[in-house]
Amino acid sequence: MRKRKFDLNALPAAAGNEIDDRLHAATPLRKLMNKVFPDHWSFLLGEVALWSFVILLLTGTFLTLFFDPSMEETVYNGSYTPLRGVSMSRAFASSLDISFDVRGGLFMRQMHHWAALLFVAGIIVHMFRTFFTGAFRKPRELNWIVGLLLFWIAIFEGLFGYSLPDDALSGTGLRIMNAIVLSIPVIGSWIAFAGFGSEFPGTEIIPRFYTLHILLLPALLVGLVTVHLVLLLLQKHAQWPGPGRTNYNVVGERMVPRYASKMGAFFLINFAVIAIMSGLFQINPIWIFGPYKAAVVSAGSQPDWYVMFLDGSARLFPAWEIRAFGYTLPPIFWPAVVLPGILTVLPMIYPFIEARRLKDRRVHNLLQRPRDVPNRTALGVMAIAFYVVLVLSGGNDIIADQFSISLNATTWAGRIGLLLGPPIAYWVTYRICLGLQQHDREVLVHGVETGIIRRLPDGRFMEVHQPLGPTDEHGHGQLEYAGWAVPKKMNRLGALVPTVKGFFFPVERPSRTPIGNGGRPVSTGPQGQRELEEAERPR
Amino acid sequence: MSTRSGRVPRGRARRRVGTVVRLIAALILAGGLYAAFAPGVYAEEDPQLSQAAKDGKAIFDNTCVSCHGRNAQGVTDRGPSLIGVGSASVEFQVTSGRMPLARQEAQAERKPPYWSDPEELDQNARLLGQYIQELGGGPQVPDGNLRAEGGNTLARGGELFRVNCSSCHAFSAGGGALSSGKFAPSMAAATDRQIYAAMLSGPQNMPVFGDNQLTPDEKREIITYIQNLKEDKDPGGWGLGRIGPVTEGLAIFVVGVVAVVFAALWIAGKS
Repeated sequence: MRKRKFDLNALPAAAGNEIDDRLHAATPLRKLMNKVFPDHWSFLLGEVALWSFVILLLTGTFLTLFFDPSMEETVYNGSYTPLRGVSMSRAFASSLDISFDVRGGLFMRQMHHWAALLFVAGIIVHMFRTFFTGAFRKPRELNWIVGLLLFWIAIFEGLFGYSLPDDALSGTGLRIMNAIVLSIPVIGSWIAFAGFGSEFPGTEIIPRFYTLHILLLPALLVGLVTVHLVLLLLQKHAQWPGPGRTNYNVVGERMVPRYASKMGAFFLINFAVIAIMSGLFQINPIWIFGPYKAAVVSAGSQPDWYVMFLDGSARLFPAWEIRAFGYTLPPIFWPAVVLPGILTVLPMIYPFIEARRLKDRRVHNLLQRPRDVPNRTALGVMAIAFYVVLVLSGGNDIIADQFSISLNATTWAGRIGLLLGPPIAYWVTYRICLGLQQHDREVLVHGVETGIIRRLPDGRFMEVHQPLGPTDEHGHGQLEYAGWAVPKKMNRLGALVPTVKGFFFPVERPSRTPIGNGGRPVSTGPQGQRELEEAERPR
Repeated sequence: MSTRSGRVPRGRARRRVGTVVRLIAALILAGGLYAAFAPGVYAEEDPQLSQAAKDGKAIFDNTCVSCHGRNAQGVTDRGPSLIGVGSASVEFQVTSGRMPLARQEAQAERKPPYWSDPEELDQNARLLGQYIQELGGGPQVPDGNLRAEGGNTLARGGELFRVNCSSCHAFSAGGGALSSGKFAPSMAAATDRQIYAAMLSGPQNMPVFGDNQLTPDEKREIITYIQNLKEDKDPGGWGLGRIGPVTEGLAIFVVGVVAVVFAALWIAGKS
């Protein structure tokens, strides 16, 4: 009998053929695998959120195996001695069991919580990148709106999640949430009673949050993330301007193998960062907080950082109670209902506001450097300043206590900072953008500073400049600004050999297109002489 | 009245004079009895103090008198009267270094005590306390063990702590801010006696938890819980100061976001 030869090299192809014969997946898969992604570190920031979300799903599934979302009273009898014999809800008791009696449970809880913090942080950082580079412009307005929806849903998902253990800290937060809902005119008390099922706290809210937290909102998040990614594939990824890059192509790496391997590696790095933090840093020690009792309100009670801006606005807003026509409008209504309402709507319509203001109906696949759109950049930094003041004010009692400042002083600093900080941030950012623009143009016209000082015959000292391209009769560079980084150091031009290897940035190779005199520093020649003469003219 | 006395009948005038005389006699008798039997605190130059209180008075006259005045009766705008504050208050303020006060501000801060030797400090604080105690009475810290024993001590102490103490000192006993620069201090360095004394005397902004609010046993349970909380290792790793979401939020940006952004920079640069 002839021994059949097993060809290992042909195995993938053969297996692929067998699969394709049955599923007809080759054509769409080839298209997907050849999908080109432009490469830039800032395009990976959204993946921080994506991979944190994956970790949230994994760890969350583990936690559901042991968590009991019930507000039934029980007496704790587990391993944690300081709470033994204390009456508490089954939700809190099972959270303690996860922390102390389930193998690896505390680590999983901490991973889930740290991943949640990183999830929202990743969304915000990704949102900044999208905003400041103008990636939200046509045709990507819809994806910008989907992203904002994801952001708000993620906040509520987190809020419901950290309320589940029914500890005294999150219960205090729940009490505030209840008060905020009650403050809505006319319908507030109806909504609050519908949500809580009774007067606060009742026995319904934890089971209801559990359904929202593990079923409804995750499903919504998964659905919207899918829409987000499908839109990304359909509309292609926006890219930075650069050699060979136009509004109508994408220059980058194919999905398989390069980009997929990077994505996989980045997922593992995210996993590692969250796991290391969960192993080293304790988060949400519910056993110290104890079970929720209405009488227990601790000093220094804050929500998780992504809700802290609302706590901050509630702390800063003056206690103006409005009474009219037999109704009372509590002061909490303005900072905790109206403000987030504005913050939801305004960013969503911003792409349309900007397009209308600039009368810009074109399709944009090339990104803009933040410095080139000073108005938008300054507006963005203004918004960040506003947000940061609110977040810091959310922890102003901690700041006051830790740095021995009067709590009243921190509150007033927040109030004044909230009004003065954003305009100052706008002005400073605008000026910085203009300065950076100006320096780009200066280098394009006058060349790179070489660091070579020459002494002229009359005794003056002059720095030699390296032009980036062909120069006119005055020695001025003729290159136009291309919307991308202008090299400002000689080693960026390949003047230093071998080129300095960056740890974070790719190795800079001298451009193959001839620029100037071939990338060498200016020597004594007619052109260098012109540069020197040019340098004599006052700028 | 005297102009009318001539017109009224004689018997009535005599009765009136008799009433006045009897009243004066009664007043003299009562005053005389009081002068004879009342303690001589106000009359005598030197109050009748025990030897310990006399030693305490000597220390007081050296270190405390400039603000709290002679006989601890207080000096306007400088220091309050100490009559009736009890030895609990004295021990708390002196052993925690809050007194002598460094300067007038929103609140006295814990600092290294006046006597650096612990034994000397304890002895002198008790002598001072004895002096103030004998001047006007007040709450006293009982001697002996101030911890509670028994099965559910920690659980009961924890519940009492969370209801009564955490609203100012926070869950972690790390302290918290109050209005206008005042604050509830951290209990990190507080001893059993200091916590007990604080509950009894209610220093600065702290309310008094008298024995009818928290029984001595409940106070002991709270102390046991606090000291256990401080010694308890954080099972989840470094506790980030046990401050809560503020430091957790700081950590996710300073450690988490920085790490992943650097990872993004690194991995995007690899081509």
